[in-house]
Amino acid sequence: MDYLTLLQVLDSTLRMSTPLLLACLAGLFSERAGIFDIGLEGKMLVAAFLSGAVAFVSGSVWIGLLAGIGGSLAMSGIHGLASITFRGNQLISGVAINFLAAGLTVLAAQSWFAQGGRTPSLTGAARFNAIELPFATALKDVPVIGPLYYELISGHTILVYVALAVVPLSWWVLFRTRFGLRLRAVGENPAAVDTAGISVVRLRFTAVAICGVLTGIAGAYMATGLQAGFIKDMTAGRGYIALAALIFAKWRPWHALTACLLFGFLQALALRPDVIESTLHIKVQVQLLDALPYILTVIILAGFVGRAIPPRAGGEPYVKER
Amino acid sequence: MEKMPKWADVLLVPLISLLLAGVLSALVILAIGESPGKALWIMIDGAMGSKYNWGYTLYYATNFIFTGLAVAVAFHARMFNIGGEGQAMLGGLGVALACTYIPWPHWSLAILGAGVASAAFGALWAVIPAWLQAKRGSHIVITTIMFNFIASALLNYLLVEVLKPKGSMEPATGKFPEATHLPNFHDMLAPLGISFSRGAPANVSFIIALLACVFVWLLIWRSRLGYEMRAFGHSEPAARYAGINPTKMIVISMTISGALAGMMALNNVMGEAERLVLNATEGAGFIGIAVALMGRNHPLGVVLAAILFGALYQGGAILAQDTDIPVQLVLVIQALVILFTGALDNMVRMPVEKFFLARRLGAAKAKKEA
Amino acid sequence: MTAPAIELRGISKAFGPVQANKDISLSVMPGTIHGIIGENGAGKSTLMSILYGFYKADSGVILINGKPTQIPDSQAAIRAGIGMVFQHFKLVENFTILENIVLGAEEGSLLRPSLAKARTELKRLSEEYELHVDPDALIEEIGVGMQQRVEILKALYRHADILILDEPTGVLTPAEADHLFRILANLRREGKTIILITHKLREIMDITETVSVMRRGQMTATVRTADTSPQELAELMVGRKVLLQVEKTAARPGAPVLEVENLRVVDEAGVERVKGVSFNVRAGEILGIAGVAGNGQSELLEVLGGMQHATGLLKVNGQSLDLSGLHSDGRTRRAHGVAHVPEDRQREGLIMEYSAWENAVFGYHHEQKYQKNMFLMDQAAIRADAEAKIERFDIRPPNANLSAKNFSGGNQQKIVVAREIERNPDLLLVGQPTRGVDIGAIEFIHKQIIALRDQGKAILLVSVELDEILSLSDRIAVMFDGRIMGERLPHETSPQELGLLMAGVVGKGEAA
Repeated sequence: MDYLTLLQVLDSTLRMSTPLLLACLAGLFSERAGIFDIGLEGKMLVAAFLSGAVAFVSGSVWIGLLAGIGGSLAMSGIHGLASITFRGNQLISGVAINFLAAGLTVLAAQSWFAQGGRTPSLTGAARFNAIELPFATALKDVPVIGPLYYELISGHTILVYVALAVVPLSWWVLFRTRFGLRLRAVGENPAAVDTAGISVVRLRFTAVAICGVLTGIAGAYMATGLQAGFIKDMTAGRGYIALAALIFAKWRPWHALTACLLFGFLQALALRPDVIESTLHIKVQVQLLDALPYILTVIILAGFVGRAIPPRAGGEPYVKER
Repeated sequence: MEKMPKWADVLLVPLISLLLAGVLSALVILAIGESPGKALWIMIDGAMGSKYNWGYTLYYATNFIFTGLAVAVAFHARMFNIGGEGQAMLGGLGVALACTYIPWPHWSLAILGAGVASAAFGALWAVIPAWLQAKRGSHIVITTIMFNFIASALLNYLLVEVLKPKGSMEPATGKFPEATHLPNFHDMLAPLGISFSRGAPANVSFIIALLACVFVWLLIWRSRLGYEMRAFGHSEPAARYAGINPTKMIVISMTISGALAGMMALNNVMGEAERLVLNATEGAGFIGIAVALMGRNHPLGVVLAAILFGALYQGGAILAQDTDIPVQLVLVIQALVILFTGALDNMVRMPVEKFFLARRLGAAKAKKEA
Repeated sequence: MTAPAIELRGISKAFGPVQANKDISLSVMPGTIHGIIGENGAGKSTLMSILYGFYKADSGVILINGKPTQIPDSQAAIRAGIGMVFQHFKLVENFTILENIVLGAEEGSLLRPSLAKARTELKRLSEEYELHVDPDALIEEIGVGMQQRVEILKALYRHADILILDEPTGVLTPAEADHLFRILANLRREGKTIILITHKLREIMDITETVSVMRRGQMTATVRTADTSPQELAELMVGRKVLLQVEKTAARPGAPVLEVENLRVVDEAGVERVKGVSFNVRAGEILGIAGVAGNGQSELLEVLGGMQHATGLLKVNGQSLDLSGLHSDGRTRRAHGVAHVPEDRQREGLIMEYSAWENAVFGYHHEQKYQKNMFLMDQAAIRADAEAKIERFDIRPPNANLSAKNFSGGNQQKIVVAREIERNPDLLLVGQPTRGVDIGAIEFIHKQIIALRDQGKAILLVSVELDEILSLSDRIAVMFDGRIMGERLPHETSPQELGLLMAGVVGKGEAA
C-alpha cells in the first residue's frame, strides 16, 4: 500500500469515525450518569432525518443541525421520562425509541417529500462542506507532511473537527468540573448525591439531554456531512457500534476516541477490500470486517482482554429508601 | 397486601397501555394527513377480512409466538434476551442445512428433523451469551445485541459465498426439495371439508407454535425446572440458598429461549419461503419483545399478543398497498406498544393502583363508620 | 432560657393505610446527646427521614433553634444545619474521601479550588475532633469504621450543628464503637447536638442525656437517662415484660454431628473473610456464634449451608463434604441432613413473590415425593404439605395461596422455620432467627429450636443479639475478624467478657 492510499484510508477512517465518536461520547454522558442508552441508534436516525429535511426546506445546514438536535432531544425526553421519572426499564425504553425512530422517519419523509422515505439531495449551503485548513494547498507538495496535512488533516467538514474537540471537552467536564463530579457520582451511587442535597432527577435529565445534543450532531453529520440527504435506516447500526465502542473504551473519553477510530478504520477498510488484498495478499471477507467491532466488544465484555466495569448504578432506576 | 385486584393487573393495565398506544398512533396518522378511522378499517379488513388475509395474519402470528415465547421464557429467569433476531437467523440456517442436505422421505419427518436443527442452532446462538453472562459477567443484553450483528454478518457471508447455488446471483439457498414442503392451512383443512385460501402462507408450524405454548406453560408453572427458573429470576441469593445453580439456570433458560426463537424458522424459512434468503427474519425477533411485554410473559397472553401483532403486520402491509401510508407505520405502533406496556408501565400502573387503593380505603372507612 | 436545638410538634406520617408516625413531639436541647430507641419498624427511621427532608410529614411542625422551619428536601435540611449519618453509608465507592466530602458542597463550578479548600478544612476538622482520615484514599479501600468517619466529616464540612446517627454501631466492633462515642463526646463538648438512633440499650445508657422510646409509630416516653434503667426502657420498647430468659433443661450432648477444621473463605474481592476456624457441634446441643456483624459469621453460615465455597474440612455425621467443587451446594447439604434458616429471609429464605405453599418446599422442591414425573411437580402433594405446616406452626393468615410478601415478618420467619425444622434434620443452621420478628413469634421460634435440640439434634446458632446467644446456647464461640476468639459456657461467662472477645481482646492462654 502506498502512502497516498494509506492517507486515503485514514481520511476515510476519520469520516467514518465521526458519527461513532459523537454517539459514543453521547452514550458516555448518559451511562456515566447511570442511564443505559441502547437508543443511540434511534436518536441519530431522527436527527439525521430532521436535519436533512429542515436543511433542504430552509436551505441552511445550520438550521437543519438545530432541528436534528431538537429531534434527538425529544427522543431523549422520552427516554428520560420512561427511565428517570417513571423508573421504567431503560433497555426496553431504548428498544422502543429505536423502533419509533425507524418508523417515524420514514413516515414523515414519505409524507413530506414522497420520495420513498428519503429526503431530496442536499446541495450548497444545505450541506456541511469540506473546509480547507490554512495553507493546505500551499503545503501540499511538501514531502510526507504536505500530503498528510492536505489529505488527512485538512478538508473535512466542521463537524469532524467538532467531534474531535468534544473528546477533550468531555474529559474536562467530567473530571475537572463540579458538574462532572456530580454526574459521575450519580452513576455510581445516586443515594450519595441525593443525601448531599442534589437532585438526582435533574442531574440525570441533564445527562440525558447532553446525550441528546451529541447524538443530534452525530445524526446531522450522517445526513448533511457524510451523505447529502437522509435515506431510510441510514445509521445502519452505528448507534450499536458506538455502544460497543463505549464498552471498549471502558466509559472513558480518550479511550472512546481510540475505540471509535479503530471501529471507523474497520468500516473504512470494508469500503476498500482491494487495499487489504493488495497489502496482505489475502482475501479478507467484508462480512468479517463488519462483524469485527461486535466480536471485539464481546471479547472485551467477557473480560478476556482487560475488564470493562460499567458504572455501578447503571440501568437501575433510583428509588429513595426509607 | 395486593395493591390492586389481579384482573386489573392482567387485563386493565395492558388494555389502557394499548389504548394509549392506539391514540398516539392515530395522531401520527392524522399528522401525515391521513384518516385514522379509514386506516384502522383498512387494517382490520386487510388482516381479517378474508381467509386469505387471515392466512397471512396467522402466518405472522406464528413467527411472533415463537419469538414472544423466547423472550418470555428468558424473562422468567430475569434474562433479557434481545437476541431473538440472531437466534432466529441461525435457526433458519439450521433449517436450510437440514432440508438441503438430508433426503427426507416425507414432510412429517422433515419438520421433526428441521425442528431439531433450528432449535439447536438457535440455542447455540443463545448459549454463548448465556455462558459469558454466567461465567464472565458480560451483560446479556449487550452480548445478545452484538450476536445479532454477528449472526447477520455470518449469514451474509454464508449465503453470498457458500450456500448460494452455482450460477445464481441472489444471496439465497436453492429451493428446498419437494418432500420438505410443509402443508399450509389449505392442505390441512381440505380433508376436513373446510376450504381455506390456497395462496396464504399460514402452515402447519402454527400448530407447532401452539404446542410450544403448552410446553412453555407447563415448563414455567408446572415443572420443577420452571419453579427453579422463576425462583432464580426473583432472587439470586435465594436460589443459591436453595441449591439452585445460577449458571445452570442462566444457561438452560437461554438455551430454551434461543431454541424457541430458532424454531421460528420452521414457519418463515421452511413453511413459507422454502429456501433461506437474506434477512429472512424481518425483525420478528424484536417483535417478540413487544409480544412478551404485551402478553405479560404468559403463553396465553403471548398467543393473543402475537395474533394482534400478526394482524398489525398484515393490516399494515395492506394499508401500504392501498394508501400512501408506508408500512413503517407498523414500526411506530410496535414502538408505542413497547413503550407503554414496557418502559412506561409505571405511568399507567401508578394511577390505577392509586385508584384501587383510594377505593379500598374509602370502603374501609365507610365500614368503620357504619 | 435557650430554645431547643430541635423541636418537633405533632408530627404524623402515613404510607397508605400504615400510620408510620403518629402525633410525635420531641425536644432536644443544644449541646446534648439524645437517644431514640425502639424496635424495628417502630417508626424511628421514618421520623428521621422527615427531619432530613426525604418525606414530607402529613401534619406537624419542625422548629430549629426555636424557629419554625420547612424541610422539603435534603438541601433544606443541610441549610438548617442538620447532618445525617445513615445506617447504610451514602458514599461513592470509587471516589476519594476528599471527593466524597466535597460532593454537593463545592465552592464553584470548577473542581480544583473546591478540592484545595476542602483539603485545608478537612485537616482542621480532623484535628479538632480526632477524626483522622487520608483524604486521597478511595472509599472502596478503607474499612467501615473509617467510612463512618467520612460520613461524620461530610456533615461537619457542611456546618451541621445537629447530627443524626442511625444505628451507627451496627457494623462496628466494640472498640470502634467506643472510638465513635469518644468522637460524639467531643462533638457535644463543641456544642453540637446529637440524636442517636439505636436499639441497643447499653449505648443509650452510656452516652445520652435524654432518651425517647418509640413504639408502633408513637413516642411512648421521653426520660432523662439518669432516671431510668435498661429494664424500664426495654419494657417501654416492647410494651410488656420481656422474657429474656428462655426455659430449658441442661443439654445432654452426644457424638459430634458437625465437625469443621481450618475453614477458610475468600470473597469475590479476594478478601479472606473466614481465617481458618475449627469447631464442632454435638448432637443435642446448641452452639451459639456471637460477634459483631461483619466478622465472618455470615460467610461461615453460608459456607455450611452450601451457598459459598471455602477450603478446609467439613464433616457431617462423620462424612466429609465437598467445600469447593460441584457438590458444594445447598442441595447436597440438605441431602446430608443439614437444614438452614438463613440470616435474611426476604433475600434468601423465601421467594417473596411465591405463594406460601410454593415457599413451603423451597430448597426441598426437588425431592421425589413432590414430583409427578421427570418433568412436572406434584402440586397437590406440595399444597397438602404446606397446609399441614401452616396449621402446626400457627402461621397467620392460614392461607397457603397468599404470597410470602403479604405475611408479617414473624409469620414469614415461621414459614422458613417450619420448612427447615419439619425436615427433622440432623443439623440445623440458624442465622438471626428473630431479626425483625415480633415478641410473640420470637418466643415460639426459640421454643421450636430448643425442642429440636431436645430431640438430640445439633444446632448452630449465629446471632448478633448477645441476649439471644446467651439465653439459647449451650456453648458459645465468639468470632472476630474471621477467627474464633474463644469458647465459653453461658453460665461461666458474662456479657462483658464476651464483649471483650468480640472486640478481639484475647484472654490469657488462648491463641488468636
